[in-house]
Amino acid sequence: MATDYDIRLEIAYRYETPAGSSRTLLRMLPLTSAEQTLISGFVDTDPEPDFRRDSADFFGNATTELAHDRPLTEIAFRFAGRVRRLGGAPGLDLSTDLARLHGDIAEVVGIGPDAPHHFLGESERIRHESRIAAFAAELVQPDMSALSATCAISHAVHSRFEFDPEATEVTTLPIEAFEARRGVCQDISHVTIAALRAVGIPAGYVSGFLRTTPPPGQPRLEGADAMHAWVRAWCGAETGWVEIDPTNDIVVGADHIAVAIGRDYADVAPVRGSLRTEGTHTTVHRVDVIPCNDPVG
Amino acid sequence: MSSAGHLKDDPAAALLRGYRPPPGVADELLRPDGSVRPVWQPLIDLLAGQGAEDLSQRFARGDQHLHDAGVYYRQHTSSGSTVRDWPLSHIPVMIADDEWQRLSEGLVQRADLLEQVMADLYGPARLVSQGLLPPELVARNREWLRPVVGIRPRSDHFLHFVAFEVGRSPDGSWLVLGDRTQAPSGSGFALENRMATARVFPDLFPAANIRRLAGFFRAYRDAMNALRGDAGRVAILTPGQHSDTYFEHAYIARYLGFLLLECEDLKVERGKLTVRTIDGPQPVSVLWRRLDSRFADPLELDETSALGTPGMVAALRARELTMLNCLGSGVLEARALMAFLPRICERLTGEGLKIPNIATWWCGQAAERAYVYDNLQRMMIGRALSTDLPFEVDASTALGGDFRGTAQKPIGDWLETDGAKLVGQEAATLSTTPAMIDGELVPRPMLIRVFAARTPDGWVVMPGGYARIGRTEDPTALAMKNGGSVADVWVVSDDPVTPDSLASRQEGPFARRLPGVLPSRAADNLYWLGRYVERAEARVRELRAYHLRLEEVGHREMPVLAHLERYLDGFDIDPDEPVPAAILELFEAAQGCAGKVRDRFSTDGWHALNDLAFTARGMYNRVRPGDEAARKMTELLRRLAGFAGLVHDNMFRFSGWRFLTMGRALERADQMLTLLAAFADPEAPPGSFDVAVEVGDSVMTHRRRYPMATSCCTIVDLLALDAGNPRSVLFQLDVLREQEAMLTTVKEGGPMSDLARRILLLHTALSVAAPEDLTPARLLALQKDLREVSDTLTARYLS
Repeated sequence: MATDYDIRLEIAYRYETPAGSSRTLLRMLPLTSAEQTLISGFVDTDPEPDFRRDSADFFGNATTELAHDRPLTEIAFRFAGRVRRLGGAPGLDLSTDLARLHGDIAEVVGIGPDAPHHFLGESERIRHESRIAAFAAELVQPDMSALSATCAISHAVHSRFEFDPEATEVTTLPIEAFEARRGVCQDISHVTIAALRAVGIPAGYVSGFLRTTPPPGQPRLEGADAMHAWVRAWCGAETGWVEIDPTNDIVVGADHIAVAIGRDYADVAPVRGSLRTEGTHTTVHRVDVIPCNDPVG
Repeated sequence: MSSAGHLKDDPAAALLRGYRPPPGVADELLRPDGSVRPVWQPLIDLLAGQGAEDLSQRFARGDQHLHDAGVYYRQHTSSGSTVRDWPLSHIPVMIADDEWQRLSEGLVQRADLLEQVMADLYGPARLVSQGLLPPELVARNREWLRPVVGIRPRSDHFLHFVAFEVGRSPDGSWLVLGDRTQAPSGSGFALENRMATARVFPDLFPAANIRRLAGFFRAYRDAMNALRGDAGRVAILTPGQHSDTYFEHAYIARYLGFLLLECEDLKVERGKLTVRTIDGPQPVSVLWRRLDSRFADPLELDETSALGTPGMVAALRARELTMLNCLGSGVLEARALMAFLPRICERLTGEGLKIPNIATWWCGQAAERAYVYDNLQRMMIGRALSTDLPFEVDASTALGGDFRGTAQKPIGDWLETDGAKLVGQEAATLSTTPAMIDGELVPRPMLIRVFAARTPDGWVVMPGGYARIGRTEDPTALAMKNGGSVADVWVVSDDPVTPDSLASRQEGPFARRLPGVLPSRAADNLYWLGRYVERAEARVRELRAYHLRLEEVGHREMPVLAHLERYLDGFDIDPDEPVPAAILELFEAAQGCAGKVRDRFSTDGWHALNDLAFTARGMYNRVRPGDEAARKMTELLRRLAGFAGLVHDNMFRFSGWRFLTMGRALERADQMLTLLAAFADPEAPPGSFDVAVEVGDSVMTHRRRYPMATSCCTIVDLLALDAGNPRSVLFQLDVLREQEAMLTTVKEGGPMSDLARRILLLHTALSVAAPEDLTPARLLALQKDLREVSDTLTARYLS
């Protein structure tokens, strides 16, 4: 079973005083993977950049590097395209016991982008936090499977948090959100990742989209009106990477379309930029994810 | 000591009588049988012939050199950072050339090995997949930079300049304690140590067959120039004046003749790196990086870095830029790597390390962990991925089974739970070398940082180095952490050595190098240096006028005093403070500007400025109003004149000087217009005209020039319109016109620049003005135009 989605993303900035020349790195083009295919689509900007180079980063995410040499008062970055998302029902839990997960990890002798080794230590935005570690330690036992431990942690973080777009900012630290018990998908994902890593489960960050309106009879998911974020966890040699959405407390399925993966937000931020500007700016962030057909196949 | 008769017979024996190396260590000076090693003999003979007075005079010569050269280092403490004197140990470490050659061979092998390891870690990562290096030691290493993976350096090499921390084991063999590959410092300090030490022993140094350092720097400089390619310059990238080693960056930039840049000077344009200069962007193709990799590019690396240049990684990736060393080279500094290098060396080269590194065990492996636990007494246990040297002990390091910090869990538990994050390293014992302390020659442990640079003919090793001397006799490497001193290293050849200099050996027809480019940031700092100094001078003159009158009258009721007080209040100056904080701030601002352009500012000028600021600080809160304050202001004015004289008489007329000069002229004109608007006012209280003439330093001229008392017209004529008066506004506009014309190369018949037009308009307005036209309102209007000149100049050249 597969679903095709027509997706539009726009992230726009307006500056009170014109921003000088700028350089921007975008990660806005959806991934192509075993679960999804980018059928068509492109990233563009308004105004047109003076320099552009498309490439891929270490984790395989598509990147677009841009330079605007003129001072700008407005700039918009956009993606529009169609993605085919495969949806498989989750199979049996064959994941490794937590006690033996370390052994599975050690047997991966490689540092390719999918290797679990990248996702255990500290990363730019996720430091080891003993309070989050203590929180996680209470939720798991050594004989639990890595997958059930992952779900238990995801569920506990979900329960702890109240979804609150006003409570945090893009730079809020995981520990701050954890203590405040409020935040958005970015905060909830960061805290989940920190907790998973603390119990020895390699965990990473996924940015992406949710379908805008749910299928008939299902509740609307949180995070559909902007770019969404969720978590991937490595559950042993047999199972590999599993994706969960702690914001909605579900296993990721056909309603999620991934754009970029990394260790935390810093690796996947859709817009990383360097504007030399004084004064404030406002941001517009719009997403539309519309299924364009009935499920095919 | 000279009084005992028998000592006169053998002064060398007397000198060495108290020199007793601790048991079980190698000593640089003495053989195990107690005899002096031959390379030391000439130095020992010379020292033995010196009285205490002679020696202290010699040492003072070296210290004076360091002081005059402005060598300092920055020490960070809990209460901030301070600038400290350079702790030179005046006795060099002497090493025989043949021994040095063997050491060099081993280090060249190691440099080649590190290059191979780095190329692998940022390429196929076979060392990991073949099990020679645990994946987590790479994946969890913060200095392994994922955006660099896959980059093929433009020069085909990742490493170009590396350093090794070496010590001598008890059996006399050398040992590497640490690899410095990120952005090794110390080579410039080694040069300064050499110059100072050569001054301590001017009678010994020239003929003692000591290998010179200049050839090493020449080879590296030529290698960097060879990497430039068709276009582009070589520059040194510094984190800025607040880094520990900024002095060295500025010093090396001056010594080698390269631009010294900070990230904000740089911009990536269409994939290429450029420096913003007063002549627009200029390409930079080779960058000797003295900034830690992670800070180099906020777009792809540490997003919080304020020091970086967005797009730097992309420029490397596009092979438009050679960076020495390539970003990500810090990955090689992790302590844990030392545990695997011996085997990696065998696998990659088929031979063992010629010089071993400090024995290291990664505690992520069960057998190694057990070994470390069983041998705790001779171990330092620390963080596996730390790039600190083994002796740089922090609170989380265990030594000999004891924790350095408190409230930690038992070591056994620690190793078990955190093993993968830890390494054990053998607590190395270092050799001792002589230091002169309180007139006695005593043994102190030492380590040498040795530098290697890549040239087209392979690695060259600097014949000398940067030695660190322990503060106490404790010969464990640990003793080095408490500071101590530094020393020159003399590599002594059997054959005569010819003096050398940096000048290329190539012979050819006489040629002049093209003038260098001036980065906009440097120009901006020089411009503001000029402005701040001039502004300070205006305040000092006004304060002197105030206090002279106060002394004369004895009270503050006089209207002109009140007028002066209001005027000074406009600059946040309270005359109750005879040396106001606002003045100190101006000097500090000037120092700040000069500090950012140390590579372009003469040492004499730097000293003069520091002297000025120091003098003013010394007066703060110590001076009484009235006569004493007036006298102190006169003293400050004398020092200001000294600084101005240096700038005027001793600075080469390069474009930086022009900005300094324009800054001064513009500020002087601005201050004069402000002064005249307030004091050349018919409404101003009696005595105001005289204040203006006095602050305008034109009392004598006025007397000679006008057969009458001061009036509005006479003072405006003299201080605004007289092109012959170096204090007048029109004079400053002449200066601005002249300097602006020297900066721009306008095509014949081409349009006039906006800046030139604005200066000319103002110049013309003043040239045709009659004194009575210049009412206070008109003066302020002219000042507004002048400030637009400054804005235009800033937009055109400085931003």
